[in-house]
Amino acid sequence: MIIKTEKDIPSSEITPPEIFQERRKFIQMLGLTLAGANIPSAFAGDNKVFSNLAKSATPDNSLKPTPVELVKNYTNYYEFTFNKDDSTKLAQSMVIDPWSVEISGEVEKPATYHLEDILSQQTLEERIYRFRCVEGWSMVVPWVGFSLANLLKMAKPLSTAQFVKFTTIEQPETMPNQREKKMLDFPYVEGLRIDEAMHPLTMLAVGMYGEKLPKQNGAPLRLVVPWKYGFKSIKAIVKIELLKKPPLTTWNKSAPQEYGFYANVNPAVSHPRWSQNSERLLGSGFFTSRRQTELFNGYGEQVASLYKDMDLRHFF
Amino acid sequence: MNALIKNLWTVTLVVCLLPLLLLGLDVVFDNLGSNPIQAVHIRLGDWSLRFLCIALTITPIQTITRWRGMPEYRQLFGLFAFFYASLHFLVYLLVDHNFNWSLIIMDIIESPYIWFGVFAYIIVFLLGITSSKFAMKKLGKNWKKLHRWVYLAAIASVIHYFWQLKGNLAEPLLYAIIISLLLSFRIFTWFTARQLGKMMIPKGRGDE
Ligand code: HEM
Repeated sequence: MIIKTEKDIPSSEITPPEIFQERRKFIQMLGLTLAGANIPSAFAGDNKVFSNLAKSATPDNSLKPTPVELVKNYTNYYEFTFNKDDSTKLAQSMVIDPWSVEISGEVEKPATYHLEDILSQQTLEERIYRFRCVEGWSMVVPWVGFSLANLLKMAKPLSTAQFVKFTTIEQPETMPNQREKKMLDFPYVEGLRIDEAMHPLTMLAVGMYGEKLPKQNGAPLRLVVPWKYGFKSIKAIVKIELLKKPPLTTWNKSAPQEYGFYANVNPAVSHPRWSQNSERLLGSGFFTSRRQTELFNGYGEQVASLYKDMDLRHFF
Repeated sequence: MNALIKNLWTVTLVVCLLPLLLLGLDVVFDNLGSNPIQAVHIRLGDWSLRFLCIALTITPIQTITRWRGMPEYRQLFGLFAFFYASLHFLVYLLVDHNFNWSLIIMDIIESPYIWFGVFAYIIVFLLGITSSKFAMKKLGKNWKKLHRWVYLAAIASVIHYFWQLKGNLAEPLLYAIIISLLLSFRIFTWFTARQLGKMMIPKGRGDE
């Protein structure tokens, strides 16, 4: 699905030229240029890598991406560590090639797809989204990916499919906290209601900043739901199940009074132990104030209707 | 001997300033990761709590060694706890919020773990401004009563630390253990002193 927005900002305005070179490598890494005849037009031509990329679906296209080094070195990846800068190194041991994704449950065509086969069916887009962590920090990331809805449609959901459950890979040999069963009940599980999953803003990302996703940022395939707290945007997905009932998600199971199923960004609903009213935007300097957090992380115009009859305090 | 102790005090003072110097270097050399404001803030909070613990060990050491020559050190470490807590608070107000009072007030109201930080700070502040010999004389008996609140400050600081975490409890647990040990030691000496006192008092008058 291509989402048209008012003013299209050329990718070159947000990405330094040297990254365009990186993008070429990225495409090659994804194996999309293997057969010359099969190159989707989006990837043809030297400097036109990603030229057909649909522009960000973000309502505010002027968002300035957070410097990439900050995004790469500040990740919560509890399978590896509870420390946001240690995951950069620890995650490198992960094995992500080959990668396949099982789609099952309430669908007409359950199947296990190789990642390359999924990608060959999708047009990749760059979308600049705000990303707000429940811990009170945020960043702006230019993701590369496609709408989750496009993938779900490939499996043809049945009308009984009401929820979607996502599961992260189990790789205890590379993931110390999975191996030692520390703190959370692994593998990590997240979930969405079907209308949230089909929403055009909801995406699966395979890259960021024009490059392949770094492992610590969720390679090779992660969810991005920009109006929800970051922990909903599950990393390294291997299984997508369509269900009749809501799945029990990892954080919700671990601390139900603190982390709800919905986890919509909402400055008016504080976490039981801390305020959600403001956030530290990574990359903003000393002596700049935290920013006021926005309802639905600023995507209210697009998503508020999904929750119009719901008490957001109760369904936090 | 006196000269040595005097010099030692100055050396200690300088050593207590080293964490601040190192933090300054980390800021200058951009060594603080993706969220440097949080890193600075956390580092200062940690040092405040550490100095609070160090200050609290002085009296037990005096009791055990029966050497009474250390109150200047207790005061010094206590003042450094106050100093680092003040910087911790100031960074929160100025560096993190740039005195955006509406955000600050909402944040404090809605974050229970910060209430404990503020409570601890109020105590540490009061103890800091009454730490001089002059204040000690002025307050007389009340000085000791007031300064016993340091234990409440320490307990509140640990709760403040515990309550903000999502999972990793190891570090605050360490402080909780240290402070409980120090506090139990005080209760123990207080209790034995009381028992001793009771034994001294002739029967019939110990009606408490
Ligand atoms: C004696 C007083 C205080 C002490 C000893 C203290 C100590 C600490 C400690 C040890 C931490 C945790 C650092 C870590 O994660 O390793 C912390 C965090 C924090 N403190 Fe304090 N604190 C005090 C007062 C305050 C006050 C007055 C405020 C604000 C009004 C405050 C706000 C915070 C905040 C917001 C954090 C969380 C930092 C973060 O993780 O982003 N503290 N403090």
